[in-house]
Amino acid sequence: MMEMLIDLGFVLLKVFAIIIPLMLGVAYLTYAERKLIGYMQIRVGPNRVGPKGWLQPIADALKLLMKEIVIPTNANKFLFVIAPMLSIGPSLAAWAVVPFSEGLVLSNIDASLLYVLAMTSLGVYGVIVAGWASNSKYAFLGAMRSAAQIVAYEIAMGFALVGVLMAAHSINLYEIVMQQSGGIWHWYWMPLLPLFLVYFISGVAETNRAPFDVAEGESEIVAGFHVEYSGMTFAVFFLAEYANIILISVLTALMFMGGWLSPFQGIPLLESTFLAAPSFIWFLAKSAFFAFLFLWFRATFPRYRYDQIMRLGWKVFIPITIIWILVLGVVIAAKVSYVTLGLATVGIAGAYILFNKLQTVSRSK
Amino acid sequence: MTFEKVVFYLFATILVLAAVRVITARNPVHAALFLVLAFFSSSALWILIEAEFLAITLVLVYVGAVMVLFLFVVMMLNINIDVMREGFIKYLPIGVAVAIISAIEMGIVITGNFGADKSPALVRKPADYSNTEAIGQVLYTEYLFAFEVAAVLLLVAIVAAIALTMRKRPNTRYQNPSSQVVVRKEDRLRVVKMDVEDKQS
Repeated sequence: MMEMLIDLGFVLLKVFAIIIPLMLGVAYLTYAERKLIGYMQIRVGPNRVGPKGWLQPIADALKLLMKEIVIPTNANKFLFVIAPMLSIGPSLAAWAVVPFSEGLVLSNIDASLLYVLAMTSLGVYGVIVAGWASNSKYAFLGAMRSAAQIVAYEIAMGFALVGVLMAAHSINLYEIVMQQSGGIWHWYWMPLLPLFLVYFISGVAETNRAPFDVAEGESEIVAGFHVEYSGMTFAVFFLAEYANIILISVLTALMFMGGWLSPFQGIPLLESTFLAAPSFIWFLAKSAFFAFLFLWFRATFPRYRYDQIMRLGWKVFIPITIIWILVLGVVIAAKVSYVTLGLATVGIAGAYILFNKLQTVSRSK
Repeated sequence: MTFEKVVFYLFATILVLAAVRVITARNPVHAALFLVLAFFSSSALWILIEAEFLAITLVLVYVGAVMVLFLFVVMMLNINIDVMREGFIKYLPIGVAVAIISAIEMGIVITGNFGADKSPALVRKPADYSNTEAIGQVLYTEYLFAFEVAAVLLLVAIVAAIALTMRKRPNTRYQNPSSQVVVRKEDRLRVVKMDVEDKQS
């Protein structure tokens, strides 16, 4: 009994070792977002609280903690309060199986990829329950939009992951990263280029981020599903959204960008230097890059029209993923190496973009 | 009592309570959410017997997709509970008959070939044993035909569902994205040269 308690204590410590940096990351991701979008729009962003505004997220969190939680009349009290927890629970639970570096993983279960997919698909309940329990038309509209959108993109996301597990012959995240070792041209973004793009864009849609943020849609339905939430309950939704952004970035880095592996691995001159060694820093850098893309998208793209979102999900992404799974199956059966497939894919995509560019240039002349 | 047993009884209790609430809850949305809880608890029980692939798939398919659509529909319908309760006495005989039949069926299964002494004892597999691989092996070799038939059935169901709901309505409006994309400025915009109007004095 005593041993079991000690084991449990150790697991709890490990959980805290993941959650505390994650929460700090979430806090400073919101700061980074405001600063970055500020600079992109030629503003300064928050710079009042603390040196250069560094304490802004802490101040925001304190403010939200102090505020009253208003429960609307005729709202379903129990569901109203539990909805933010339904939202954050799965987005934290998914971190249990994420490997951070060689041997650095809380729980290295066999079906970790499936587990992550299952957990990310649960996040929608928080949104739906919040929208329904709020007893508000705007919130309900947001919840309905979100439900339809997430179901549509879940399928494309799942198919993209099917491609990854076909290539790696494994559904274990650790194993998937290890299969990609051998330099940047062995990472799966090259042979699985279409799936990589579909996965990341579906990830943006799944987290309800711009340009797919119709569930919130500030200019259309006020704040969508969390319009009635205030104080701490709102903060929990906020935390869940940003934790999901980091999760999607981390998963993209793991599955398509070789996780903690170095891009210089396998290059003759650099092979023996520290640059080629796999390390946590590579993992962090790759994840940070994808998180940056989320913020960049928000500053760049206008919001999608709802029917266009549905068309993109059902009629563009799902066919693309199915075709690429077939291509991958043929490649695996014919025993062609992934590097060849990767070079061919990137070559064709590059040639197509170049051709289009030349065409538009000659047309404008 | 071992830790495993505590976990089992905890989730089993939640499962049974949630299942009872599914049929007793007055609000259909509550009933659907209790069904979600029931699925979740039963997937926890499957994890306990080390069937992690099935457990995760149950959550992924039923909780993550099917129940979301269920909730979507239930929330949109705004079901009037009074109307639904009207036929209670009228349908009672049929309901009782169905209940008795299913109770008998369950009784046959449980008393017949089910139970700890009837089936071979569960073997604890080593930690590196892959459940997923084992299921894949039998699914694509031994049960390939049944698997394919099930897949075709699902496809037929999808096509049938779409065919049933896709009615051609005369005033349906829709956009054609490919024609939207190829539109040029010259097709839509006409710059008209006009003489200058008289100056207002």
